[in-house]
Amino acid sequence: MTNAELEKKANEVRQSIVTALHSAKSGHPGGSLSAADIMTYLYFEEMNVDPKNPKMADRDRFVLSKGHVAPALYSVLAHKGYFPVEDLVTLRHTGSYLQGHPDMKHIPGVDMSAGSLGQGLSCAVGMAQAGKMDDKDYQVYAMCGDGEIQEGQIWEAAMWAGAHHLDNLTVIVDNNNLQIDGTVEEVCSPYPIDKKFEAFNFHVININGNDMEEIRNAFAEAKKVKGMPVAIIAKTTKGKGVSFMENQVGWHGKAPNDEQYEQAMEELKKAGEALCQK
Amino acid sequence: MSEVKKIATRESYGNALVELGREHTDLVVLDADLAGATKTEIFKKAFPERFLDCGIAEANMAGIAAGLSTCGKVPFMSSFAMFAAGRAYEQVRNAIGYPHLNVKIGATHAGISVGEDGATHQCLEDLALMREIPGMVVINPSDDIEAKAAVKAAYEHVGPVYLRFGRLAIPVFNDNEDYKFEIGKGIVLKEGKDVTIFATGLEVSETLAAEKMLAADGIDAEIINIHTIKPIDAELVAASAAKTGKVVTVEEHSIIGGLGSAVCEVLCEKAPAKVLRIGVNDTFGESGPAPELIAKYGLDAESIYKKVKAFVKEN
Repeated sequence: MTNAELEKKANEVRQSIVTALHSAKSGHPGGSLSAADIMTYLYFEEMNVDPKNPKMADRDRFVLSKGHVAPALYSVLAHKGYFPVEDLVTLRHTGSYLQGHPDMKHIPGVDMSAGSLGQGLSCAVGMAQAGKMDDKDYQVYAMCGDGEIQEGQIWEAAMWAGAHHLDNLTVIVDNNNLQIDGTVEEVCSPYPIDKKFEAFNFHVININGNDMEEIRNAFAEAKKVKGMPVAIIAKTTKGKGVSFMENQVGWHGKAPNDEQYEQAMEELKKAGEALCQK
Repeated sequence: MSEVKKIATRESYGNALVELGREHTDLVVLDADLAGATKTEIFKKAFPERFLDCGIAEANMAGIAAGLSTCGKVPFMSSFAMFAAGRAYEQVRNAIGYPHLNVKIGATHAGISVGEDGATHQCLEDLALMREIPGMVVINPSDDIEAKAAVKAAYEHVGPVYLRFGRLAIPVFNDNEDYKFEIGKGIVLKEGKDVTIFATGLEVSETLAAEKMLAADGIDAEIINIHTIKPIDAELVAASAAKTGKVVTVEEHSIIGGLGSAVCEVLCEKAPAKVLRIGVNDTFGESGPAPELIAKYGLDAESIYKKVKAFVKEN
Protein backbone atom coordinates (compact mmCIF):
# COMPACT_ATOMS: atom_id res chain seq x y z
CA MET A 1 0.00 0.00 0.00
CA THR A 2 1.07 3.58 -0.59
CA ASN A 3 1.50 5.94 2.32
CA ALA A 4 -1.71 7.72 1.29
CA GLU A 5 -3.62 4.44 1.29
CA LEU A 6 -2.21 3.57 4.69
CA GLU A 7 -3.17 6.99 6.04
CA LYS A 8 -6.71 6.42 4.76
CA LYS A 9 -6.77 3.02 6.42
CA ALA A 10 -5.50 4.49 9.68
CA ASN A 11 -8.28 7.07 9.48
CA GLU A 12 -10.87 4.26 9.17
CA VAL A 13 -9.22 2.53 12.11
CA ARG A 14 -9.51 5.73 14.16
CA GLN A 15 -13.21 6.00 13.35
CA SER A 16 -13.66 2.40 14.51
CA ILE A 17 -11.72 3.10 17.71
CA VAL A 18 -13.94 6.04 18.61
CA THR A 19 -17.09 4.11 17.68
CA ALA A 20 -16.10 1.09 19.77
CA LEU A 21 -15.20 3.22 22.79
CA HIS A 22 -18.41 5.23 22.53
CA SER A 23 -20.37 1.98 22.55
CA ALA A 24 -18.33 0.57 25.42
CA LYS A 25 -18.83 3.73 27.50
CA SER A 26 -15.34 3.16 28.92
CA GLY A 27 -11.82 2.46 27.71
CA HIS A 28 -8.72 4.23 26.48
CA PRO A 29 -8.99 6.55 23.47
CA GLY A 30 -5.82 8.64 23.93
CA GLY A 31 -3.26 5.87 23.54
CA SER A 32 -5.37 3.99 21.01
CA LEU A 33 -5.35 7.01 18.70
CA SER A 34 -1.67 7.75 19.22
CA ALA A 35 -0.72 4.18 18.29
CA ALA A 36 -3.17 3.73 15.39
CA ASP A 37 -0.76 4.67 12.58
CA ILE A 38 1.96 2.26 13.65
CA MET A 39 -0.44 -0.65 14.18
CA THR A 40 -2.10 0.04 10.83
CA TYR A 41 1.29 0.04 9.13
CA LEU A 42 2.32 -3.21 10.81
CA TYR A 43 -0.77 -5.20 9.88
CA PHE A 44 -1.43 -3.72 6.43
CA GLU A 45 2.11 -3.39 5.18
CA GLU A 46 4.81 -4.96 7.29
CA MET A 47 3.73 -8.19 8.92
CA ASN A 48 3.49 -11.59 7.29
CA VAL A 49 0.05 -12.58 8.59
CA ASP A 50 -3.10 -14.17 7.19
CA PRO A 51 -6.45 -13.21 8.67
CA LYS A 52 -7.92 -16.44 7.29
CA ASN A 53 -5.29 -18.42 9.18
CA PRO A 54 -4.61 -16.45 12.37
CA LYS A 55 -2.47 -19.22 13.89
CA MET A 56 -0.29 -19.69 10.80
CA ALA A 57 2.86 -21.32 12.14
CA ASP A 58 5.56 -19.02 10.85
CA ARG A 59 3.62 -15.77 10.88
CA ASP A 60 5.07 -12.58 12.27
CA ARG A 61 3.83 -11.84 15.78
CA PHE A 62 2.60 -8.72 17.52
CA VAL A 63 2.31 -8.28 21.27
CA LEU A 64 0.40 -5.27 22.52
CA SER A 65 2.21 -4.89 25.82
CA LYS A 66 0.30 -1.66 26.48
CA GLY A 67 -2.84 -3.75 26.35
CA HIS A 68 -5.25 -1.02 27.39
CA VAL A 69 -5.16 0.32 23.85
CA ALA A 70 -6.93 -2.84 22.73
CA PRO A 71 -9.47 -0.78 20.71
CA ALA A 72 -6.67 0.14 18.29
CA LEU A 73 -5.58 -3.48 17.90
CA TYR A 74 -9.14 -4.76 17.53
CA SER A 75 -9.97 -2.09 14.96
CA VAL A 76 -6.89 -2.93 12.91
CA LEU A 77 -7.62 -6.67 13.13
CA ALA A 78 -11.26 -6.16 12.14
CA HIS A 79 -10.36 -3.99 9.15
CA LYS A 80 -7.75 -6.55 8.16
CA GLY A 81 -10.47 -9.20 8.10
CA TYR A 82 -9.89 -11.26 11.24
CA PHE A 83 -13.45 -10.65 12.44
CA PRO A 84 -16.40 -8.43 11.44
CA VAL A 85 -15.95 -4.67 11.84
CA GLU A 86 -19.56 -4.60 13.09
CA ASP A 87 -18.51 -6.59 16.17
CA LEU A 88 -16.34 -3.70 17.40
CA VAL A 89 -19.35 -2.06 19.06
CA THR A 90 -19.55 -5.05 21.42
CA LEU A 91 -16.21 -3.99 22.96
CA ARG A 92 -16.27 -4.42 26.75
CA HIS A 93 -19.88 -5.63 26.69
CA THR A 94 -20.79 -8.62 28.85
CA GLY A 95 -20.52 -11.78 26.78
CA SER A 96 -18.53 -10.21 23.94
CA TYR A 97 -15.27 -11.79 22.89
CA LEU A 98 -13.78 -8.30 22.64
CA GLN A 99 -12.43 -8.04 26.16
CA GLY A 100 -11.21 -4.78 27.69
CA HIS A 101 -7.65 -5.99 27.26
CA PRO A 102 -6.33 -8.38 24.57
CA ASP A 103 -7.43 -11.99 25.08
CA MET A 104 -5.63 -14.48 22.84
CA LYS A 105 -7.96 -17.30 23.77
CA HIS A 106 -11.04 -15.75 22.23
CA ILE A 107 -9.98 -13.07 19.74
CA PRO A 108 -8.73 -14.15 16.31
CA GLY A 109 -5.39 -12.54 15.52
CA VAL A 110 -4.39 -11.68 19.08
CA ASP A 111 -1.00 -13.34 19.57
CA MET A 112 -0.72 -12.74 23.32
CA SER A 113 -3.05 -11.81 26.13
CA ALA A 114 -1.76 -8.66 27.78
CA GLY A 115 -2.82 -5.63 29.69
CA SER A 116 -1.20 -5.87 33.07
CA LEU A 117 1.56 -3.42 32.20
CA GLY A 118 5.14 -4.50 31.86
CA GLN A 119 4.48 -8.12 30.98
CA GLY A 120 3.97 -8.26 27.23
CA LEU A 121 7.55 -7.51 26.23
CA SER A 122 8.78 -10.61 28.09
CA CYS A 123 6.30 -12.73 26.14
CA ALA A 124 7.50 -11.19 22.88
CA VAL A 125 11.06 -12.03 23.93
CA GLY A 126 9.97 -15.65 24.44
CA MET A 127 8.44 -15.72 20.95
CA ALA A 128 11.60 -14.27 19.43
CA GLN A 129 13.72 -16.78 21.32
CA ALA A 130 11.56 -19.65 20.04
CA GLY A 131 12.10 -18.36 16.50
CA LYS A 132 15.86 -18.40 17.01
CA MET A 133 15.80 -21.92 18.50
CA ASP A 134 13.79 -23.24 15.56
CA ASP A 135 15.76 -21.29 12.97
CA LYS A 136 12.63 -19.50 11.74
CA ASP A 137 12.72 -16.11 10.12
CA TYR A 138 9.52 -14.64 11.54
CA GLN A 139 9.65 -11.23 13.19
CA VAL A 140 8.22 -10.34 16.58
CA TYR A 141 6.90 -6.84 17.31
CA ALA A 142 5.97 -5.55 20.74
CA MET A 143 4.41 -2.19 21.50
CA CYS A 144 4.98 -0.61 24.90
CA GLY A 145 3.75 2.65 26.36
CA ASP A 146 6.12 5.34 27.57
CA GLY A 147 4.42 5.14 30.96
CA GLU A 148 4.56 1.36 30.84
CA ILE A 149 8.33 1.32 30.68
CA GLN A 150 8.34 2.50 34.29
CA GLU A 151 7.66 -1.18 35.07
CA GLY A 152 10.90 -2.94 36.01
CA GLN A 153 10.01 -6.09 34.10
CA ILE A 154 10.37 -4.16 30.81
CA TRP A 155 14.05 -3.73 31.59
CA GLU A 156 14.46 -7.35 32.64
CA ALA A 157 13.08 -8.28 29.23
CA ALA A 158 15.18 -5.66 27.42
CA MET A 159 18.34 -6.84 29.19
CA TRP A 160 17.71 -10.43 28.15
CA ALA A 161 16.82 -9.55 24.56
CA GLY A 162 19.95 -7.43 24.20
CA ALA A 163 22.17 -10.02 25.84
CA HIS A 164 20.81 -12.73 23.53
CA HIS A 165 21.08 -10.66 20.33
CA LEU A 166 17.43 -11.16 19.40
CA ASP A 167 17.51 -9.33 16.08
CA ASN A 168 14.09 -10.75 15.20
CA LEU A 169 12.53 -8.55 17.90
CA THR A 170 11.41 -4.97 17.43
CA VAL A 171 10.07 -2.98 20.37
CA ILE A 172 8.00 0.10 19.63
CA VAL A 173 7.63 2.66 22.42
CA ASP A 174 4.52 4.75 21.86
CA ASN A 175 5.95 7.95 23.28
CA ASN A 176 2.83 10.12 23.59
CA ASN A 177 4.23 11.67 26.77
CA LEU A 178 1.10 11.25 28.89
CA GLN A 179 0.00 8.72 31.50
CA ILE A 180 -2.95 8.63 33.89
CA ASP A 181 -1.54 10.95 36.54
CA GLY A 182 0.02 13.51 34.19
CA THR A 183 2.94 13.86 31.80
CA VAL A 184 5.49 11.08 32.05
CA GLU A 185 8.03 13.62 33.33
CA GLU A 186 5.72 14.74 36.10
CA VAL A 187 5.00 11.19 37.22
CA CYS A 188 8.41 9.51 36.84
CA SER A 189 10.44 10.47 33.82
CA PRO A 190 11.52 7.58 31.61
CA TYR A 191 13.73 9.92 29.54
CA PRO A 192 16.08 9.51 27.80
CA ILE A 193 14.26 6.47 26.42
CA ASP A 194 16.55 6.01 23.42
CA LYS A 195 19.73 6.04 25.50
CA LYS A 196 18.24 3.51 27.93
CA PHE A 197 17.52 1.03 25.14
CA GLU A 198 20.95 1.71 23.65
CA ALA A 199 22.47 0.85 27.00
CA PHE A 200 20.55 -2.43 26.92
CA ASN A 201 22.22 -3.25 23.58
CA PHE A 202 19.37 -2.29 21.26
CA HIS A 203 19.64 -0.60 17.88
CA VAL A 204 17.53 2.51 18.41
CA ILE A 205 15.52 4.47 15.85
CA ASN A 206 13.77 7.73 16.77
CA ILE A 207 10.76 8.69 14.65
CA ASN A 208 7.53 10.63 14.49
CA GLY A 209 5.12 7.77 15.08
CA ASN A 210 2.24 9.53 13.38
CA ASP A 211 4.09 9.93 10.06
CA MET A 212 3.65 7.02 7.65
CA GLU A 213 6.84 7.71 5.75
CA GLU A 214 8.93 7.75 8.93
CA ILE A 215 7.17 4.61 10.17
CA ARG A 216 7.89 2.85 6.87
CA ASN A 217 11.56 3.81 6.92
CA ALA A 218 11.95 2.76 10.56
CA PHE A 219 10.59 -0.76 10.03
CA ALA A 220 12.66 -1.14 6.86
CA GLU A 221 15.76 -0.19 8.86
CA ALA A 222 14.75 -2.47 11.73
CA LYS A 223 14.57 -5.49 9.46
CA LYS A 224 18.12 -4.93 8.23
CA VAL A 225 19.66 -4.81 11.70
CA LYS A 226 21.63 -7.94 12.56
CA GLY A 227 22.87 -9.13 15.92
CA MET A 228 20.77 -6.92 18.15
CA PRO A 229 17.11 -6.17 18.86
CA VAL A 230 15.61 -2.90 17.69
CA ALA A 231 13.74 -0.23 19.64
CA ILE A 232 11.69 2.29 17.70
CA ILE A 233 11.02 5.29 19.90
CA ALA A 234 7.92 6.77 18.31
CA LYS A 235 7.03 10.32 19.28
CA THR A 236 3.27 10.45 18.97
CA THR A 237 0.36 12.68 19.84
CA LYS A 238 -1.98 11.25 22.41
CA GLY A 239 -5.55 11.37 21.08
CA LYS A 240 -4.23 11.97 17.53
CA GLY A 241 -6.93 12.89 15.04
CA VAL A 242 -9.60 14.14 17.44
CA SER A 243 -8.91 17.80 18.22
CA PHE A 244 -10.34 17.90 21.73
CA MET A 245 -8.57 14.69 22.75
CA GLU A 246 -5.12 15.62 21.47
CA ASN A 247 -2.50 16.00 24.22
CA GLN A 248 -5.19 15.93 26.90
CA VAL A 249 -4.30 13.74 29.86
CA GLY A 250 -7.99 13.49 30.74
CA TRP A 251 -8.58 11.44 27.57
CA HIS A 252 -6.32 8.61 28.69
CA GLY A 253 -9.09 6.47 30.02
CA LYS A 254 -12.59 7.74 29.34
CA ALA A 255 -15.08 7.23 26.54
CA PRO A 256 -16.72 10.03 24.54
CA ASN A 257 -20.35 10.83 25.32
CA ASP A 258 -22.89 11.08 22.49
CA GLU A 259 -22.10 14.69 21.68
CA GLN A 260 -18.35 14.18 21.83
CA TYR A 261 -18.72 11.08 19.70
CA GLU A 262 -20.57 13.02 16.99
CA GLN A 263 -17.92 15.72 16.98
CA ALA A 264 -15.04 13.23 16.89
CA MET A 265 -16.59 11.29 14.02
CA GLU A 266 -17.28 14.44 12.07
CA GLU A 267 -13.64 15.47 12.39
CA LEU A 268 -12.35 12.05 11.45
CA LYS A 269 -14.70 11.73 8.48
CA LYS A 270 -13.63 15.13 7.22
CA ALA A 271 -10.00 14.14 7.56
CA GLY A 272 -10.79 10.90 5.73
CA GLU A 273 -12.41 12.76 2.87
CA ALA A 274 -9.42 15.06 2.62
CA LEU A 275 -7.16 11.99 2.42
CA CYS A 276 -9.26 10.64 -0.44
CA GLN A 277 -8.56 13.75 -2.45
CA LYS A 278 -4.84 13.52 -1.81
CA MET B 1 16.10 -46.28 59.09
CA SER B 2 19.67 -45.72 57.94
CA GLU B 3 19.26 -48.18 55.03
CA VAL B 4 16.26 -46.23 53.64
CA LYS B 5 17.14 -44.59 50.33
CA LYS B 6 16.72 -40.82 50.47
CA ILE B 7 16.53 -38.46 47.52
CA ALA B 8 15.46 -34.80 47.35
CA THR B 9 12.58 -34.30 44.91
CA ARG B 10 14.50 -31.45 43.26
CA GLU B 11 16.97 -34.15 42.12
CA SER B 12 14.05 -36.12 40.77
CA TYR B 13 12.95 -33.00 38.86
CA GLY B 14 16.33 -32.53 37.18
CA ASN B 15 16.62 -36.21 36.32
CA ALA B 16 13.08 -36.45 34.97
CA LEU B 17 13.67 -33.40 32.77
CA VAL B 18 16.65 -35.12 31.15
CA GLU B 19 14.66 -38.30 30.54
CA LEU B 20 11.80 -36.31 29.01
CA GLY B 21 14.19 -34.11 27.07
CA ARG B 22 15.58 -37.15 25.28
CA GLU B 23 12.14 -38.06 23.98
CA HIS B 24 10.71 -34.61 23.37
CA THR B 25 12.64 -31.96 21.49
CA ASP B 26 9.98 -29.32 22.23
CA LEU B 27 10.83 -29.39 25.94
CA VAL B 28 12.72 -26.27 27.05
CA VAL B 29 13.99 -25.57 30.55
CA LEU B 30 14.29 -22.08 32.01
CA ASP B 31 15.98 -21.12 35.24
CA ALA B 32 16.73 -17.90 37.07
CA ASP B 33 20.34 -18.33 38.18
CA LEU B 34 19.60 -21.27 40.47
CA ALA B 35 20.31 -24.20 38.15
CA GLY B 36 22.71 -25.77 40.63
CA ALA B 37 20.12 -25.70 43.39
CA THR B 38 16.99 -26.52 41.37
CA LYS B 39 18.96 -29.31 39.65
CA THR B 40 18.09 -28.09 36.19
CA GLU B 41 21.85 -28.02 35.63
CA ILE B 42 21.52 -31.75 34.93
CA PHE B 43 19.33 -30.80 31.95
CA LYS B 44 21.63 -27.94 31.03
CA LYS B 45 24.55 -30.34 30.72
CA ALA B 46 22.56 -32.78 28.59
CA PHE B 47 20.79 -30.25 26.36
CA PRO B 48 22.54 -26.86 26.57
CA GLU B 49 20.75 -25.61 23.44
CA ARG B 50 17.38 -26.06 25.14
CA PHE B 51 18.32 -24.49 28.46
CA LEU B 52 17.70 -20.78 28.97
CA ASP B 53 19.14 -19.03 31.98
CA CYS B 54 17.02 -15.94 32.51
CA GLY B 55 19.25 -14.49 35.19
CA ILE B 56 17.84 -13.20 38.44
CA ALA B 57 14.58 -12.05 36.87
CA GLU B 58 11.73 -14.42 37.62
CA ALA B 59 8.97 -12.16 36.30
CA ASN B 60 10.68 -11.98 32.93
CA MET B 61 11.27 -15.73 33.02
CA ALA B 62 7.53 -16.35 33.40
CA GLY B 63 6.83 -14.10 30.41
CA ILE B 64 9.51 -15.71 28.27
CA ALA B 65 8.05 -19.12 29.14
CA ALA B 66 4.62 -17.88 28.10
CA GLY B 67 5.94 -16.56 24.79
CA LEU B 68 7.85 -19.78 24.09
CA SER B 69 4.72 -21.84 24.71
CA THR B 70 2.73 -19.86 22.14
CA CYS B 71 5.32 -20.97 19.59
CA GLY B 72 4.94 -24.66 20.38
CA LYS B 73 7.58 -25.14 23.05
CA VAL B 74 6.82 -26.87 26.35
CA PRO B 75 8.71 -24.72 28.83
CA PHE B 76 9.54 -25.79 32.38
CA MET B 77 10.35 -22.61 34.30
CA SER B 78 12.32 -23.28 37.42
CA SER B 79 13.17 -21.44 40.57
CA PHE B 80 12.60 -21.64 44.31
CA ALA B 81 8.89 -21.76 45.23
CA MET B 82 9.26 -18.37 46.88
CA PHE B 83 10.21 -16.76 43.58
CA ALA B 84 8.33 -18.91 41.06
CA ALA B 85 5.00 -18.68 42.87
CA GLY B 86 5.68 -15.63 45.00
CA ARG B 87 7.79 -13.11 43.10
CA ALA B 88 6.31 -14.03 39.72
CA TYR B 89 2.76 -14.57 40.98
CA GLU B 90 1.09 -11.97 38.82
CA GLN B 91 3.04 -12.98 35.73
CA VAL B 92 2.06 -16.61 36.31
CA ARG B 93 -1.54 -15.53 36.78
CA ASN B 94 -1.86 -13.11 33.87
CA ALA B 95 0.65 -14.29 31.27
CA ILE B 96 0.34 -18.05 31.84
CA GLY B 97 -2.89 -18.78 33.73
CA TYR B 98 -5.28 -16.38 32.01
CA PRO B 99 -4.41 -17.53 28.46
CA HIS B 100 -4.14 -21.12 29.81
CA LEU B 101 -0.72 -21.61 28.25
CA ASN B 102 1.17 -24.87 28.26
CA VAL B 103 3.82 -23.79 30.76
CA LYS B 104 5.09 -25.96 33.62
CA ILE B 105 6.42 -24.37 36.78
CA GLY B 106 9.03 -26.43 38.60
CA ALA B 107 9.27 -24.88 42.05
CA THR B 108 11.96 -26.26 44.32
CA HIS B 109 12.96 -25.39 47.90
CA ALA B 110 9.36 -25.23 49.07
CA GLY B 111 8.46 -25.20 52.76
CA ILE B 112 10.50 -24.83 55.93
CA SER B 113 12.70 -27.77 54.93
CA VAL B 114 14.71 -25.18 52.99
CA GLY B 115 16.44 -25.03 56.37
CA GLU B 116 19.25 -22.62 57.15
CA ASP B 117 18.32 -19.90 54.62
CA GLY B 118 15.37 -19.05 56.84
CA ALA B 119 12.00 -17.39 56.46
CA THR B 120 12.66 -15.24 53.37
CA HIS B 121 13.29 -18.40 51.34
CA GLN B 122 10.82 -20.77 53.00
CA CYS B 123 7.66 -20.53 50.93
CA LEU B 124 4.64 -21.70 52.91
CA GLU B 125 2.05 -20.00 50.74
CA ASP B 126 2.66 -21.35 47.23
CA LEU B 127 -0.05 -24.01 47.24
CA ALA B 128 -2.58 -21.35 48.22
CA LEU B 129 -1.38 -18.91 45.54
CA MET B 130 -1.29 -21.45 42.74
CA ARG B 131 -4.53 -23.19 43.73
CA GLU B 132 -6.40 -19.91 43.22
CA ILE B 133 -5.43 -19.58 39.56
CA PRO B 134 -8.19 -20.95 37.31
CA GLY B 135 -7.05 -23.95 35.29
CA MET B 136 -3.78 -24.42 37.18
CA VAL B 137 -2.94 -27.99 38.17
CA VAL B 138 -1.03 -28.13 41.47
CA ILE B 139 1.08 -31.18 42.33
CA ASN B 140 3.11 -31.81 45.48
CA PRO B 141 4.92 -35.15 45.12
CA SER B 142 5.94 -37.21 48.12
CA ASP B 143 9.15 -38.92 47.00
CA ASP B 144 11.55 -39.46 44.13
CA ILE B 145 9.38 -41.94 42.26
CA GLU B 146 6.28 -39.83 42.51
CA ALA B 147 8.16 -36.65 41.61
CA LYS B 148 9.54 -38.16 38.40
CA ALA B 149 6.11 -39.52 37.49
CA ALA B 150 4.60 -36.09 38.19
CA VAL B 151 7.06 -34.32 35.89
CA LYS B 152 6.16 -36.73 33.09
CA ALA B 153 2.43 -36.33 33.73
CA ALA B 154 2.87 -32.55 33.74
CA TYR B 155 4.53 -32.73 30.33
CA GLU B 156 1.68 -34.84 28.94
CA HIS B 157 -0.99 -32.55 30.41
CA VAL B 158 -1.89 -29.65 28.12
CA GLY B 159 -2.12 -26.50 30.24
CA PRO B 160 -0.31 -24.88 33.14
CA VAL B 161 1.00 -27.10 35.93
CA TYR B 162 2.67 -26.12 39.20
CA LEU B 163 5.08 -28.73 40.58
CA ARG B 164 6.33 -28.41 44.16
CA PHE B 165 9.67 -29.92 45.09
CA GLY B 166 11.86 -29.91 48.18
CA ARG B 167 15.49 -29.31 49.00
CA LEU B 168 15.77 -32.00 51.68
CA ALA B 169 16.56 -35.63 50.83
CA ILE B 170 13.51 -37.66 51.84
CA PRO B 171 12.72 -41.40 51.96
CA VAL B 172 11.78 -43.21 48.76
CA PHE B 173 8.74 -45.34 49.59
CA ASN B 174 6.67 -45.56 46.40
CA ASP B 175 8.97 -48.22 44.98
CA ASN B 176 6.29 -50.88 44.71
CA GLU B 177 5.43 -52.47 41.37
CA ASP B 178 1.83 -51.35 41.20
CA TYR B 179 2.60 -47.66 41.85
CA LYS B 180 0.66 -45.54 39.39
CA PHE B 181 0.53 -41.76 39.13
CA GLU B 182 -2.54 -40.07 37.79
CA ILE B 183 -3.15 -36.32 38.05
CA GLY B 184 -6.04 -35.68 40.43
CA LYS B 185 -6.10 -39.16 41.97
CA GLY B 186 -5.19 -39.69 45.60
CA ILE B 187 -3.47 -42.90 46.65
CA VAL B 188 -4.68 -44.98 49.61
CA LEU B 189 -1.47 -46.17 51.25
CA LYS B 190 -3.19 -47.96 54.12
CA GLU B 191 -6.84 -48.60 54.81
CA GLY B 192 -8.17 -47.92 58.31
CA LYS B 193 -11.37 -47.20 60.19
CA ASP B 194 -10.65 -44.83 63.09
CA VAL B 195 -9.33 -41.74 61.35
CA THR B 196 -8.27 -40.63 57.86
CA ILE B 197 -4.97 -38.84 57.48
CA PHE B 198 -4.51 -36.99 54.19
CA ALA B 199 -0.87 -36.08 53.70
CA THR B 200 1.07 -34.42 50.92
CA GLY B 201 4.69 -33.93 49.87
CA LEU B 202 7.40 -34.87 52.33
CA GLU B 203 4.76 -35.20 55.05
CA VAL B 204 3.55 -38.45 53.51
CA SER B 205 6.58 -40.40 54.73
CA GLU B 206 6.40 -38.68 58.13
CA THR B 207 2.73 -39.69 58.32
CA LEU B 208 3.51 -43.28 57.39
CA ALA B 209 6.01 -43.37 60.27
CA ALA B 210 3.41 -41.84 62.59
CA GLU B 211 0.90 -44.49 61.50
CA LYS B 212 3.09 -47.26 62.95
CA MET B 213 3.08 -45.52 66.35
CA LEU B 214 -0.68 -45.05 66.17
CA ALA B 215 -1.16 -48.73 65.29
CA ALA B 216 0.89 -49.69 68.33
CA ASP B 217 -1.65 -47.75 70.40
CA GLY B 218 -4.52 -49.53 68.70
CA ILE B 219 -5.54 -46.68 66.43
CA ASP B 220 -6.37 -47.89 62.94
CA ALA B 221 -5.63 -44.94 60.65
CA GLU B 222 -6.37 -44.68 56.95
CA ILE B 223 -3.46 -43.01 55.19
CA ILE B 224 -4.02 -41.25 51.89
CA ASN B 225 -1.39 -39.54 49.78
CA ILE B 226 -2.83 -36.47 48.09
CA HIS B 227 -0.16 -35.59 45.54
CA THR B 228 -2.49 -33.43 43.46
CA ILE B 229 -3.76 -30.50 45.50
CA LYS B 230 -5.73 -29.26 42.50
CA PRO B 231 -7.86 -30.75 41.13
CA ILE B 232 -8.26 -32.53 44.44
CA ASP B 233 -9.64 -36.06 44.50
CA ALA B 234 -12.97 -34.97 45.99
CA GLU B 235 -14.55 -38.37 45.61
CA LEU B 236 -11.85 -40.15 47.58
CA VAL B 237 -11.66 -37.41 50.21
CA ALA B 238 -15.42 -37.50 50.82
CA ALA B 239 -15.65 -41.29 50.78
CA SER B 240 -12.86 -41.80 53.28
CA ALA B 241 -14.16 -39.06 55.59
CA ALA B 242 -17.63 -40.61 55.47
CA LYS B 243 -16.10 -43.95 56.43
CA THR B 244 -13.91 -42.87 59.36
CA GLY B 245 -15.74 -39.70 60.44
CA LYS B 246 -12.49 -38.06 61.53
CA VAL B 247 -10.01 -36.31 59.28
CA VAL B 248 -6.46 -35.03 59.67
CA THR B 249 -4.48 -33.17 57.00
CA VAL B 250 -0.70 -32.92 57.06
CA GLU B 251 1.36 -30.58 54.90
CA GLU B 252 4.59 -28.63 54.97
CA HIS B 253 2.71 -25.45 54.10
CA SER B 254 0.58 -22.92 55.89
CA ILE B 255 -2.61 -24.43 57.26
CA ILE B 256 -4.29 -21.59 55.36
CA GLY B 257 -4.94 -22.24 51.71
CA GLY B 258 -3.17 -25.53 51.07
CA LEU B 259 -4.14 -29.19 51.49
CA GLY B 260 -6.02 -28.58 54.74
CA SER B 261 -8.17 -25.91 53.16
CA ALA B 262 -8.74 -27.94 50.01
CA VAL B 263 -9.89 -30.95 52.04
CA CYS B 264 -12.14 -28.79 54.23
CA GLU B 265 -13.72 -27.24 51.13
CA VAL B 266 -14.65 -30.70 49.88
CA LEU B 267 -15.86 -31.97 53.23
CA CYS B 268 -18.03 -29.03 54.21
CA GLU B 269 -20.02 -29.54 51.01
CA LYS B 270 -19.96 -33.30 50.57
CA ALA B 271 -19.22 -35.11 53.85
CA PRO B 272 -18.97 -32.90 56.94
CA ALA B 273 -16.45 -34.25 59.43
CA LYS B 274 -14.28 -32.97 62.22
CA VAL B 275 -10.92 -31.93 60.74
CA LEU B 276 -7.53 -31.37 62.35
CA ARG B 277 -5.18 -29.43 60.08
CA ILE B 278 -1.49 -30.05 60.72
CA GLY B 279 0.81 -27.58 58.98
CA VAL B 280 2.57 -24.34 59.68
CA ASN B 281 0.26 -22.30 61.87
CA ASP B 282 0.06 -18.87 60.24
CA THR B 283 3.64 -18.00 61.03
CA PHE B 284 6.93 -17.50 59.18
CA GLY B 285 9.70 -20.06 59.39
CA GLU B 286 13.26 -19.53 60.65
CA SER B 287 16.84 -20.68 60.13
CA GLY B 288 18.00 -24.10 61.22
CA PRO B 289 18.75 -27.59 59.93
CA ALA B 290 15.68 -28.94 58.11
CA PRO B 291 15.00 -31.98 60.33
CA GLU B 292 15.16 -29.77 63.44
CA LEU B 293 12.71 -27.29 61.92
CA ILE B 294 10.33 -30.05 60.85
CA ALA B 295 10.28 -31.25 64.45
CA LYS B 296 10.08 -27.75 65.93
CA TYR B 297 7.09 -26.86 63.78
CA GLY B 298 5.33 -30.08 64.72
CA LEU B 299 5.59 -31.75 61.34
CA ASP B 300 7.70 -34.82 62.21
CA ALA B 301 6.29 -38.31 62.73
CA GLU B 302 6.39 -38.02 66.52
CA SER B 303 4.41 -34.75 66.52
CA ILE B 304 1.90 -36.08 64.00
CA TYR B 305 1.43 -39.21 66.13
CA LYS B 306 0.76 -37.19 69.29
CA LYS B 307 -1.62 -34.76 67.63
CA VAL B 308 -3.61 -37.46 65.86
CA LYS B 309 -3.82 -39.58 69.01
CA ALA B 310 -5.19 -36.65 71.03
CA PHE B 311 -7.59 -35.75 68.22
CA VAL B 312 -8.95 -39.30 67.97
CA LYS B 313 -9.36 -39.52 71.77
CA GLU B 314 -11.15 -36.16 72.00
CA ASN B 315 -13.61 -36.91 69.24
